[in-house]
Amino acid sequence: MVESKNVSLRGKNVLGLEYFSADEIELVLQTAKEMKNIIKRDIKKVPTLRGKAIVNLFYEPSTRTRSSFELAGKYLGADVINITAGSSSIVKGESLRDTLLTVEDMGIDAIVMRHKAEGAPEYATKVVKAAIVNAGDGAHAHPSQGLLDLFTIRQYKGGFKGIKCAIIGDILHSRVARSDIWGMRKMGIEVHLAGPKTLIPRFLYKEKGIFIHDRIEDAIENADVINVLRIQLERQKSGLFPSTREYARIFGLNDKRLALAKKDVLVMHPGPMNKGWEISPKVAYSSNSVIQEQVKNGVAVRMAILTLILTGGKGNEVIA
Amino acid sequence: MKLLLKGGRVIDPANGLDKIADVLIKDKKIAEIAADIQADDTTKVVDVTGKIVTPGLIDMHTHMREPGQEAKEDFASGSRAAAAGGYTTIATMPNTEPVVDRAILIEGLKQRAKEAAVVNIEIIGALTKGQKGEELAEVGDMCQAGAVAFSDDGHYVQNSKVLLNGLDYLRTFDKIIISHAEETTLVEEGVMNEGKRSAMLGMKGRPTVAEDIAVMRDILLAEYADARIHIAHISSKNAVELVRQAKKRGVKVTAEATPHNLTLTEDMVDIADSSMKVNPPLRTDEDVKAVQEGLVDGTIDAIVTDHAAHAEEEKDREFRYAPSGFPGLETAVGVLLTDLYHAGKITLPLLIEKMTASPAKVFKLKKGTLSKEAPADVTVIDTEAEWIVEKEKFYTMGTHSPFIGRKLKGKPIMTIVDGRIIMQNGIIID
Repeated sequence: MVESKNVSLRGKNVLGLEYFSADEIELVLQTAKEMKNIIKRDIKKVPTLRGKAIVNLFYEPSTRTRSSFELAGKYLGADVINITAGSSSIVKGESLRDTLLTVEDMGIDAIVMRHKAEGAPEYATKVVKAAIVNAGDGAHAHPSQGLLDLFTIRQYKGGFKGIKCAIIGDILHSRVARSDIWGMRKMGIEVHLAGPKTLIPRFLYKEKGIFIHDRIEDAIENADVINVLRIQLERQKSGLFPSTREYARIFGLNDKRLALAKKDVLVMHPGPMNKGWEISPKVAYSSNSVIQEQVKNGVAVRMAILTLILTGGKGNEVIA
Repeated sequence: MKLLLKGGRVIDPANGLDKIADVLIKDKKIAEIAADIQADDTTKVVDVTGKIVTPGLIDMHTHMREPGQEAKEDFASGSRAAAAGGYTTIATMPNTEPVVDRAILIEGLKQRAKEAAVVNIEIIGALTKGQKGEELAEVGDMCQAGAVAFSDDGHYVQNSKVLLNGLDYLRTFDKIIISHAEETTLVEEGVMNEGKRSAMLGMKGRPTVAEDIAVMRDILLAEYADARIHIAHISSKNAVELVRQAKKRGVKVTAEATPHNLTLTEDMVDIADSSMKVNPPLRTDEDVKAVQEGLVDGTIDAIVTDHAAHAEEEKDREFRYAPSGFPGLETAVGVLLTDLYHAGKITLPLLIEKMTASPAKVFKLKKGTLSKEAPADVTVIDTEAEWIVEKEKFYTMGTHSPFIGRKLKGKPIMTIVDGRIIMQNGIIID
């Protein structure tokens, strides 16, 4: 158990799990557990972030990340506004710099950002003083997803020691995979990657605890967790694999392949799913699947993130 | 008016000269190099004891952005940056708006250079119309208008037949093609080296094999045509080796390298700052070492800066969307002295040769030497002066350099063009 007085995320930007220590990750997971109790209440609103203003600045479409950040802020009593690329001055060609400065001038305390360009959140920290929370930047990072994946694993497995996780599919273009790799390695999970070789980064760090397989069966074998990544049709169009049909047959997670893993394996997916491509509907709705639980946990983890960076977690007393 | 530089260490690689001597400049020409030259009343004397006196530095790969991109740089600002960096002759690339692909543009730019520039500016013409890589531009006409060389720089000439035509056709005019060698289909939208860094940053990479394939094809075409080709900004280990082998078997290939590819690696890339974004990209430590070795063993003929300023608002944005390139003229000498000369990786005469006599030979310029009667283009360098790179002091309009904040040892302290001092102690004298 980590004492929160030793570790604080107050004022920290949440850019990627590479910038987090194991203790900091632990603090988020502990806090998220308390937050999950709030979501279960009949009346969910708490005053932890009353008087704080948060903007969701989304340059890419999103369902679950944007709505869960929005609900997280609202459950905590913050004022939350949404800016999406299609319906703002961004379509008039306003630069990211100017958009950031504009929202900061309106008194925003935290900017939750999703952007196509890797590093845009890091760049944002150089432009404004408001806390930046990365809600996904290109293929780089999606730290809140990485944290909710860890939270979900802990919920079912009790801990991280000795856990073997297979991450299957399009690693190359996946910010989820990168945040999972950073987060899981920091918490001691063994990571096994597999997918078409055209979708595996050629020079991925061959660090201790990371294994790359040519066949997905080898990654899945004996796994405690399988995280299936979304496959995008545009990857097929650019020739990285021959067809979605072939992808499903050779790299898709079906019951036959699922049987190679441990009996109590958790099947995760960051969503949105292409059922029938990367994952069979049967597996997606099987008893091993925790995909819906990930969505629930997403709100709790994002509540924890916002609380910790905006109040340092002192708000916990208010919650209790 | 005569000018006498007294007591410096004169290094003139073209003549194999390296000794303490005085240099007398008269009527815009080098008049005499000897010990204890006596000054008369009409001679301005400058004491350069303890300093290095070299032929004016030559940079055959810069982007002066005229015509059309004057928000990035122009002949006035760019040439002042060159003078501040010790350069007396620079060549500017044709990837402008419009592309410099016809004689009238060469003539116009030569006129602009006379009016606005404080150093000599040579004009490189486009090899193909609009730099589209489809058909040859009027290169013969441009030669007669005074183009120094031809390049589709910024773009790889994908069509091998077009390049072969260029190599054959330019034989009549004895001009060289400069090739930006990165196979287009392999670099796609890459923004940095494909390597360990790009893998974990999720950024699209530009693999070294894209450069290697392009360099190999260029070498094979030049060999087949028995023509000369010059490989721009070489950056990969394998590409250096390909040029080395080609030279051994007599192919007329030459190559250049930049201070950044000679000293910086992909590990320096900061995802929040486009200052390190450049094509070809910063590579690995292994590549940097190979480029250094190639420079020392003669595989690489010249050092060029690929000076490429952009407007501040273009660079001050998301890494992926920012344009590639950064200014280099004002930091080159300091970086090369600090990281190569003071680090014991190259001798001073060889380093000076790569910035004077050697590029002059590749491009057949009557410059880059202190021979008697040569144009009085001279640079004086203090190899020991320590300084910190500050963008506020730049003459270039560029604001994003990977070297900002670096402490460097060594810098040019005087630049003389046509016998006239145009820079002294970092200040341009207009």
